[in-house]
Amino acid sequence: MEMCKYLFLLIFLLSFEMPAWATEDAALEQRVQRISEELRCLVCQNQTIADSSADLAVDLKNQVREKLKQGVSEKDIITFMTERYGDFVLYRPPVKATTWLLWFGPGLLLVAGLVALFMRLRRRATVEVEPQLTDDERARAAALLQTHSSTTKPNQR
Amino acid sequence: MKWWLWPLGLFLVLVVFLGVGLTLNPREVPSPLIGKPAPPFQLPLLHEAEKTFSQKDMLGKVWVLNVWASWCGPCRDEHPIWVDLAKANVVPIYGLNYKDKRADSIAWLQRYGDPYVLSVSDTQGRIGIDYGVYGVPETYVIDKAGVIRFKQVGPVTPAVLKDKIFPLIAKLNGNV
Repeated sequence: MEMCKYLFLLIFLLSFEMPAWATEDAALEQRVQRISEELRCLVCQNQTIADSSADLAVDLKNQVREKLKQGVSEKDIITFMTERYGDFVLYRPPVKATTWLLWFGPGLLLVAGLVALFMRLRRRATVEVEPQLTDDERARAAALLQTHSSTTKPNQR
Repeated sequence: MKWWLWPLGLFLVLVVFLGVGLTLNPREVPSPLIGKPAPPFQLPLLHEAEKTFSQKDMLGKVWVLNVWASWCGPCRDEHPIWVDLAKANVVPIYGLNYKDKRADSIAWLQRYGDPYVLSVSDTQGRIGIDYGVYGVPETYVIDKAGVIRFKQVGPVTPAVLKDKIFPLIAKLNGNV
């Protein structure tokens, strides 16, 4: 019975059509949100302007909304922001000569680490193939092996 | 070569990098506007709202644009510098009154002195965004061609004035 009540309620609610302006607004807000998440808030530097309620962040969000309403493309809005606040405003820094180290540094470190590991492993392998024994040690080892083989059967080793 | 020299060396490099990083000011964001024409505006004057002022009116002159607001604490700390500079008559100082109420700003200037040739009201902070303002006070030095040559975020100190702004103004006035 409980189930039926909810089902009716659901059907009842679904029978209302969302007004056109509401969906339009929601779509616009979604775009504002998406662009805002790409932009750094300059007052509170570790937040995006989407997350921040600082005065400037609110102003910038309003700018974004206004520009979207005017039909400005998302790319142009990002350009508008970088022209004023520099690349710093972007949460995803552009790939260019000054940021190569930033983008490819981690990969470089990984490669360097792998090379170092590889070289070390190879060196260790060559070292351990032939253990270096002194003549004295060889003689002792031979003596030990002899005493052993005389007390145990060969196949038990 | 001892194997442990490698990690030690890397560690020392890291220490140097982090050490340098600690001395940098993360608030000092390099402005992309240096060397670019000052963004255009046409704003009402603070004292005579029926008149307007534009950056174009200053073509042919070296001038200082100072962004200030009555609600901004550091502006008050910085203010005596501008009052003194205005008396010395070195360079014309113009104010951009940023996101402020008119009555508050006028009262503030009455109280602390008005060093500005004039101030314009950017009530909505739109021109502020065009100038990349994010921490009031901010100060711009603009040359005769209307190009921004220097930007200071945060209060101008006597040291900044002496070491950066004065030499720049002298150079700009001498060369062009």
